[in-house]
Amino acid sequence: MTAPPLPDWARTTIIGYSDRISVKAGERIDFKVSCEDDAPAFRAGILRVICGDHHPDGPGLKLEPVEVSMAGEYPACRQPIHAGSCVVVPGTPDLGALPGFTVLALIWPTLPDRGPQAILSQWLDETGCGFMLHIDTRGHLAATLGDGQGSCETVRSRHVLEPRTWYLVAATYDCTTNVIQLHKERLYAWPGALTRDCVTAVTSTPIGCPRVPMVIAGNCLSAEVPGQLIGAHFNGKIDSPRLAKCPLDRLEMNLMLREPLDAEIEHCVLAAWDFSRGIQSDSVTDISPNNHHGVTVNLPARAMTGHNWTGEIMDWQAAPEQYGAIHFHEDDLYDAGWATSFTLDVPVDLRSGIYAARVETQSGRDHIPFVVRPRSGRPTADVCFLFSSATYMAYANSHKNVDAPTGREFECGSMLELRTHDLFLNAHREYGYSTYDTHRDGSGVCYTSRLRPILDMRPDSHVGQDARWNFTADTHITDWLEVGDYTYDVITDEDLHDEGLALISPYRVLISGTHPEYTSLAMWRALSTYRDLGGRLMYLGGNGFYWRVAYHPDLPGVLEVRRAENGPRGWAAEPGEYYHSFTGEYGGLWRYLGRPPQALVGVGFSAAGFDVSSYYRRQPGSFDQRARFIFEGIGDEELIGDFGAAGGGAAGWEIDIHDDRLQAPPNTLVVASSENHSNAYVTTPEDPEGCFLPLDGVQDPKARADMVFFECPNGGAVFSTGSIAWGPALSYNGYNNNVSRITRNVLDRFLDPSSF
Amino acid sequence: MVHRKGPAYDRALAQEFRRRPYGRHSPALQHLLNTFRLNAGKPSYVLVCRQPGREWLLATLGEHRGDPITIVDNQVFHTREEAEWMRFRLRWKAATGEDPETY
Ligand SMILES: [Fe+2]
Repeated sequence: MTAPPLPDWARTTIIGYSDRISVKAGERIDFKVSCEDDAPAFRAGILRVICGDHHPDGPGLKLEPVEVSMAGEYPACRQPIHAGSCVVVPGTPDLGALPGFTVLALIWPTLPDRGPQAILSQWLDETGCGFMLHIDTRGHLAATLGDGQGSCETVRSRHVLEPRTWYLVAATYDCTTNVIQLHKERLYAWPGALTRDCVTAVTSTPIGCPRVPMVIAGNCLSAEVPGQLIGAHFNGKIDSPRLAKCPLDRLEMNLMLREPLDAEIEHCVLAAWDFSRGIQSDSVTDISPNNHHGVTVNLPARAMTGHNWTGEIMDWQAAPEQYGAIHFHEDDLYDAGWATSFTLDVPVDLRSGIYAARVETQSGRDHIPFVVRPRSGRPTADVCFLFSSATYMAYANSHKNVDAPTGREFECGSMLELRTHDLFLNAHREYGYSTYDTHRDGSGVCYTSRLRPILDMRPDSHVGQDARWNFTADTHITDWLEVGDYTYDVITDEDLHDEGLALISPYRVLISGTHPEYTSLAMWRALSTYRDLGGRLMYLGGNGFYWRVAYHPDLPGVLEVRRAENGPRGWAAEPGEYYHSFTGEYGGLWRYLGRPPQALVGVGFSAAGFDVSSYYRRQPGSFDQRARFIFEGIGDEELIGDFGAAGGGAAGWEIDIHDDRLQAPPNTLVVASSENHSNAYVTTPEDPEGCFLPLDGVQDPKARADMVFFECPNGGAVFSTGSIAWGPALSYNGYNNNVSRITRNVLDRFLDPSSF
Repeated sequence: MVHRKGPAYDRALAQEFRRRPYGRHSPALQHLLNTFRLNAGKPSYVLVCRQPGREWLLATLGEHRGDPITIVDNQVFHTREEAEWMRFRLRWKAATGEDPETY
């Protein structure tokens, strides 16, 4: 399909990312930049991000230049991204040099009609040399052999592969007779459905030796960078791929699939890959004595149910042999792998905060955000702001506006407003997805990486409903801290996950962002222990501490989210695939893991809507002696936050309620509640326990935000607003408003060391 | 598709939307908007912002996932509400053959 080219103003021409999201003063951070319009050079500089929201009804953009020696001009280049996952196995013998061979795998193709897709190849595409077992352009199983001299031959199955069906597929080749046999066989036979589809042919093309690695789920495009430029990506699951140095009959194939390998067949096995080993890693194990181990590229999904999954085991660790499948996608991406364009040596005296590298050409500019955190053991303030890097990664490069517009329009209660980067991401699928998106084959995206440009984690780039969302919304809080002359340090979710309690225990007050939705177990533990050891927690957001995430123990910059059980989630994890591959932890909502958000902060996610926000009204709890300090200077009947840059109110977007059935501390005081929400607000799917109509914000009393306060053991306390829109209301009327006043009342009291 | 109860009723719903495209709607208007959203025909109209807070253009999403998005640049809207009304008219017209602008 062709469409008129985008006008200049809508084009994304310069784009980048950094190797780290958090650095300490004195450390280095590398920036990787691509100029999409082939500009010869770009300018780079560093800015401190105070407010990243450019809308006229907020504080406006506040990006302060920082003097650094690296500022200046750099040569530009266009840096491509090669998405698509596969397994690369170096050092396997040349198939063309063998007297014969067998290639065998169990597959569950998801897009068989969108070929060509390689299943197992030792093939160099630019010369047409080698051998590959693949799906052809029309969805047939095929084996292709080529001599690299222009002669190429393909044998095809008679019938096409059906999607989401397990098959045994194999090709055998006998060099003495030049006979090739192709097997395609449904694993589960049904009356009336074709089970076996086998073809025998005599070929005349010799198999060349392409001198490239063997690839599972793809083939090598170029000899220049063997194993690095992969094409013909397979979509779907592959289980138990095998390689033998002789043509096998069907019975011998069965023996080949056994584990441990059958002694009768072991002598002719070249490789037998067991994907259920090393599920947590990027390595692939050959269980044959030949040790042809491989490595996964671009993080295909592991801990996926295999061809023999019985449905009786839900945890891959309990029966790894039923999890021998890897789900490959043509649009998987881990590390974009761009060359470093410039490096910042963070000056030792640069104060902690949110920063961005600005990169700029005649035609455009980009900001690449990062955090400067204090040096180890040297906090520089009493206040710590927790930068929600896990949330930004979970939502990174969201395609919801363009791939799921109907649901999105219901949520927003209005026309969708695309950002220019939505246009770019729609056209450049290789930039990868958020964990709310699905792959091209419809399966959920469970991994998200920050080693690629994240176009929606940017100051100065958002519009419409997205303008006060995640990164930009959070900078309303840092802006308010700056305007109020509070000094603060910034750390990221990743830092908290890595270092735990020790990182935050020196701070008197910890302030969350507007949407700290994604939490690892280590983060949860650190926050609750901080709270219980006397720390003061200000949760100035909504939908916080909601989903479990898993960081990879070794691979940097990547998160896993399994959308288990329930919750508004974009896609649902398949049965048997609720456990994270990175950690083995059971995934899903913290609520179903025995740690509902109410247990940490007194409130938990209840409803969302994105058209207009509302206000809070004081509740009896606000007149309790214990809560008096919060409402100093606020009238008894005063509406709180009937204004604000996110939908015109301080209660909105995603809102939380108190619920004492969900482990809210018994001393929780509900001090204010919102009301009068619009039709766009709909309560979360966790609560309805029957087939009745989900109610909207007009009718459902649960579509509200509760503001709560409670004291904790050892003199600590928690204050929660339960609304994303709270932060964006802080600057209304020159910061002179009751949202700002309440926040200040709480922060000042929380900074006061006297015990609660 | 639209549940129609006569021109006066229709006119009232259209006018209600035009007056207040965001926030709380009457049950009848909300029902109509739900119907429009569930049955949104192709192309799907969205907005692209050219100047924050000042200029919006319509754009159409492609028929299938990944198809190009086309910016319709022959009309500039200066508020989101104007654009909402334009699309409401398009949807209404597709459902009834009438232009609510004339009501
Ligand atoms: Fe959320």
